Parts: sequence; C-alpha cells; structure tokens
Amino acid sequence: MTQNIMTTTISSAIRAGTPLLFASIGELLAERSGVLNLGVEGMMLIGAFTGFAVSYNTGNLLLAVVAAMAAAAVLAALHAFMSVTLRANQVVSGLALVFLGSGLSGFWGQRYVGMQAQALSNFSIPFLGKIPIVGEVLFNRDPLVYVGYIIVPLVWWFLYKTKAGMNLRAVGEAPSAADARGINVSLTRYVYTIVGGAFAGLGGAYLSLAYTPMWVENMSAGRGWIAIVLVIFAIWDPLIAMAGAYLFGGISVLQFGLQVAQIPIPANIMKMFPYLFTIIVMLFTSGEKMKKRFGAPSALGVPYSREGKM
Amino acid sequence: MKSKFFFLVVLLLSIGILAIASPLKIGFIFVGPVNDHGWTQAHYDGGVVALKKAFNNQVQITYIENVPEGAPSLNVLNTLASKGYNLIYTTSFGYMNQVVQAAKRHPDVIFEMCSGYELAHNLGEYFGRMYEPRYLSGLIAGVMTKSGKVGYVAAYPTPEVVRGINAFTLGVRAVNPRAIVHVVWTYSWYNPPVEKEAALSLIDSGCDVIAQHQDSPAAIQAAQSKGVYAIGYDSIMEKFGPDAYLTAPIWDWSKFYVPDVKSVLNGTWKSRFYWKGMETGIVKLAPMSKLVPISVQKLVMAMENEIKTGNFHVFEGPIYDQNGKLRIQSGKIMSDNELLSMQWFVNGVVGKIPQSK
Repeated sequence: MTQNIMTTTISSAIRAGTPLLFASIGELLAERSGVLNLGVEGMMLIGAFTGFAVSYNTGNLLLAVVAAMAAAAVLAALHAFMSVTLRANQVVSGLALVFLGSGLSGFWGQRYVGMQAQALSNFSIPFLGKIPIVGEVLFNRDPLVYVGYIIVPLVWWFLYKTKAGMNLRAVGEAPSAADARGINVSLTRYVYTIVGGAFAGLGGAYLSLAYTPMWVENMSAGRGWIAIVLVIFAIWDPLIAMAGAYLFGGISVLQFGLQVAQIPIPANIMKMFPYLFTIIVMLFTSGEKMKKRFGAPSALGVPYSREGKM
Repeated sequence: MKSKFFFLVVLLLSIGILAIASPLKIGFIFVGPVNDHGWTQAHYDGGVVALKKAFNNQVQITYIENVPEGAPSLNVLNTLASKGYNLIYTTSFGYMNQVVQAAKRHPDVIFEMCSGYELAHNLGEYFGRMYEPRYLSGLIAGVMTKSGKVGYVAAYPTPEVVRGINAFTLGVRAVNPRAIVHVVWTYSWYNPPVEKEAALSLIDSGCDVIAQHQDSPAAIQAAQSKGVYAIGYDSIMEKFGPDAYLTAPIWDWSKFYVPDVKSVLNGTWKSRFYWKGMETGIVKLAPMSKLVPISVQKLVMAMENEIKTGNFHVFEGPIYDQNGKLRIQSGKIMSDNELLSMQWFVNGVVGKIPQSK
C-alpha cells in the first residue's frame, strides 16, 4: 500500500510538473538572454486554446502541438518587439501579455467550451515500460512527458556546452561585452524570447491535450506564475528547473493524498510551499558572491542599447 | 383654460399608454461567460433564453458577462438601474453587498439576488434545494459502489457544499449503510487539472464512484481513465466519460425566472426568500445513463416522487454527525436556518471541514 502511494504520488507529480517544466524552461531561456517575460500565463493560455482548437478541427495532434507553440511564440514576439526594439518596460509589457492571452483565448475559445477533441494518450516505451514499478511510473506516459525528459538535458547541454549557448549567456550577463565580440544582442534576445514563448505554448498544449483534454477559460489557473517563480527557484539552471517542476507539481497534488489519508496539513499551507521554497533559495543566493555565481543574469530586464542610453 | 386641461389629459393618457406598452426591462449580471457549460449557462438558458421565449415583446432583456464579484459590480448595477432596467438579477453570492447598496440607491428597481440572504422591500433572494437531487444521486452511488468507498471532489467548505455532501452521503448510506464518502477539498470552483488530481487521489485510495461539486468535467475524465463511475454537476457531462457517467444533479432556473417575471408584470411581486426544491423543477436529476440498472432507476424515481410530494425530507432525523453524536432527533426536520448554516458532516463522511477555531 505504501509503495502504491509512492508510485501514484510520483506519477501525479510528473503529470502536474510537466506543464510547469515546459513553461519554466521557456522562461529560463528568455531570461538567460536578459528578457524578463512575465506573460507566461497568457502564452500558456493561448497555447492551450490553440492546441485544443486545432486538434478539434483537424484531429491532427502533432499539428495541434506545433500550432500551440507557434501561437504562443507570436505573443512572445510581440513582447520581444516591445522590450528589445522599443526598449519598453518589460514588466508592463509582460503583464499586458497575460491579459492579452487570457482575453483572446477566452474570446476565441467560447465555442470550444464543452467540446471534445483528440487527446494525447499514454504509450508504453518498449522494454523500459516493462520494468516493474519504474516502467509504469516513468515510461508509460503520454508523448509530451517524454519530450520533457529529453528536452531538459538538451537545453542544459546547449546552454553550457555549445558556443551558441555561451553567446546566449553572455548576452544576458554582459550585453555590451557580447556586442563588442560581435554577437547580435537584439537578434539573440528576439530568438530566445520567441523560443521561450513556444515552450510556454507547449506547456499550455499539455494542459488542453493531455492533462485534462478540454478547453475552459483560464484553464492554466496560475501555473504561468508558478513557472516564473520556478525559474528563480532553479537559479536559472534547467536541470534544477526540472527537479523543481516535478517537486512543485508533486506538492500541488500531495495535498489531496494527505486529505484522503486524513493527515491534517491545511491545503492553504501546501499551496504556499513553492513560494516558500523559492524565498529560501533567494535568501541563500542573495549575498554578493553568491549572486555572481547563482543569481539572475546581470542584464535581466534591462533594455540594451549600444550607446548605453535607455 | 379648457384646452389646456384637455391637453394635460391627453398628455397623461399618452404617458400611461406608453408606460403600459413599453416592455419590462430586465438585466442579468453573470459571474462567468454564458457558455461555460456550468453555473452561468444554467442561468442564461433558464433566464435570458426562457424569458424571451415566454414573454416575447413584453420584456426587453440584457445581460452582462464576467462581472467580477465585489466592488466592481456596484458600477454595473448602478449603470443598469440608471438606464431604466426595472428588474435586475444577480447570479452570484459575491455581489451581495453591492446589491444591497444598489437596492438602497434605486428604490424603484427590483433586485433579485441568487444564493445570498439579505432582503429589502425591493430586494428578493432566490435559490434551489440542490441537496434533494444530490440525495438521489447518492442513492445511485450507494448501489453502484463495490468497494463501499465513494469519493467526493468538493470546491470550498461553504454551507451549500457541506449540505450537498451530507445529502449525498445520506443517500449513499440509505441503500448501503456501511459505505463511506471520502471528501477532498480543491479550494477552487474551476481548475480542471486540480479537480482531476483530486479525483485521481480518491480513486487511488479505493473509491469507485466519484461525485463532485465543481464546475468542470475533469473528475469525470479522471473516472473514465481509471474505469470507475462518476456523477457530474451543473450540466450533462456524459460525453466526457461515456463509461463512467451515471447522472448529474442539475438546475433548471426557468422554473423560477418565468413565474418571477410574471409576478413583476402582474404587479404582484413581493420581496421574499425563494428557496424551492424538486417539486418546482428548479433542481432535478439529469436522466440516468444506461449504466444505472433499471431497478435502481425505478427506486430513484420512486424516491424522487416522495420528495416532490413532501412525504420524504432529506434532512429528517435521526441524523448522526461524523462522531456518532445524535444531531437531529428522530422525526424532526432541520429548519431552513439550520440548513443554510450547516457546518458539520453527517455520519459516514470521511474528511474534515477546515475551521479557523
């Protein structure tokens, strides 16, 4: 029985963590380039809506996922234009994106409420899926969970082991130095803000195509915000972001397990934990030295212009 | 002089005729979108749609969607009142304080408030005894469970939700005295993934029928994916889990709105607390799916009849609470006030009502 509780908790943690994982990896990439995009919630909603609508109209799930990513990327491109080209306040622009995404998806999505569309279903990976317990928990999932497994190490490798990744980090840390070395700062920021948006769209698509295959208004229900918090928690490291996503996901579902088991920890307290953990991480990484090593990209949220003007 | 008098009479007459001929202007304020397949849509279908059909040109109806609860709603209420709307329906508990203020400011406008408790000479309250069909759905769950464990995904521990859980549990235990009902709180009305996880955790702990007080069909999807039964709420959710869906307690607000508007048109409207049950049809059990055996369907329909005729009351003693204490003496029926403030679980419920004590 205890083993059963363990496996179901881990299983739900992965399920609940996957949308957070995609969204936070996306935000992480954008922030690494120096662009703070608070519009994750809006981009997830656009992704969730677009994915569902395309699946409903075409029945093609691959197309649905790609369209979800593209739609969210369009929103992100808007943010990139505002914050890179116009050098507008990134906080304001990001917040505007939240309302834009939630409004547009709610408006366009009206006729899809209560509809049913093709959904992603679980499939077992040959051999791996046969392993007792582990196979069931890790390798008998829907395709997007597998994408999550693969994408994180790839992003990590890209970030730390490739020249393009180094350039990306350089743009976020010291844009003028990067510029002096011939890296196109604006282009880099555009690319990663847009790629980041596509990831947020993927997280949204996971909600409406795999997690709870349906469309309802505002179905991301604050997950975009948790994803942003998660990036800070993960000190901008994709591997920690993955662990954090499953951890936060696990916490969000653990409250039900505790309720069923009659363990009296109030759900309100449980809901607080992701933020509490993040604050603790921030406390530990706030010293000057620690900040250099673990802190936010130095140029995060700061528009770049060659003359040093705002 | 005479001509002046004549002129005045004509003027008064024409105003009178205009007043009679001009339609009753009715405004609705909704907390969500009208196609949410849930709470707001039930009010839209039973209100706006049914009234247009019933009264044609006698009424002119407008509605405003997605009005936030609390302070922002006051502006909307005042605007409607000042634009000449004589009858305004507000369909969520969170508007209550603003409705009270608006009713004071516009004494000639009739306000109707759903699920609140404040009254004034021009402010009435209305609601339905949803616990009656919930009791019936409990009967079905009690028969259908094999494990003797039934799950209930619940939004917030308000008296309305607690009352529903209790009625449901009384139904379950009426046919299956040893069965228990596990309650899990989600702390949201509308968050599909959370509702799904709550349902899954109940299923994992052995529950094989899942009931809900939530606005999305996520719990039904969860039941479908795990091969157990589910009971919906608000709307017929069969397509989200054809192998799981048994039935759903649902609203038919037209049973309130149509007679209410008629009374306003007749001039017989009076402020009151309207709280009616299945006998009016304002609440009912959706048609049972083919998964429910015919014998059970017959039992449920027989009980439905008993409730409608007033021979059977869901909350009639003896009723014991969770700790086995006798709360309602044998033969005694709980008063409306007791029901409206219910904050304890009946025997057979596993779960806690979070309290700040």
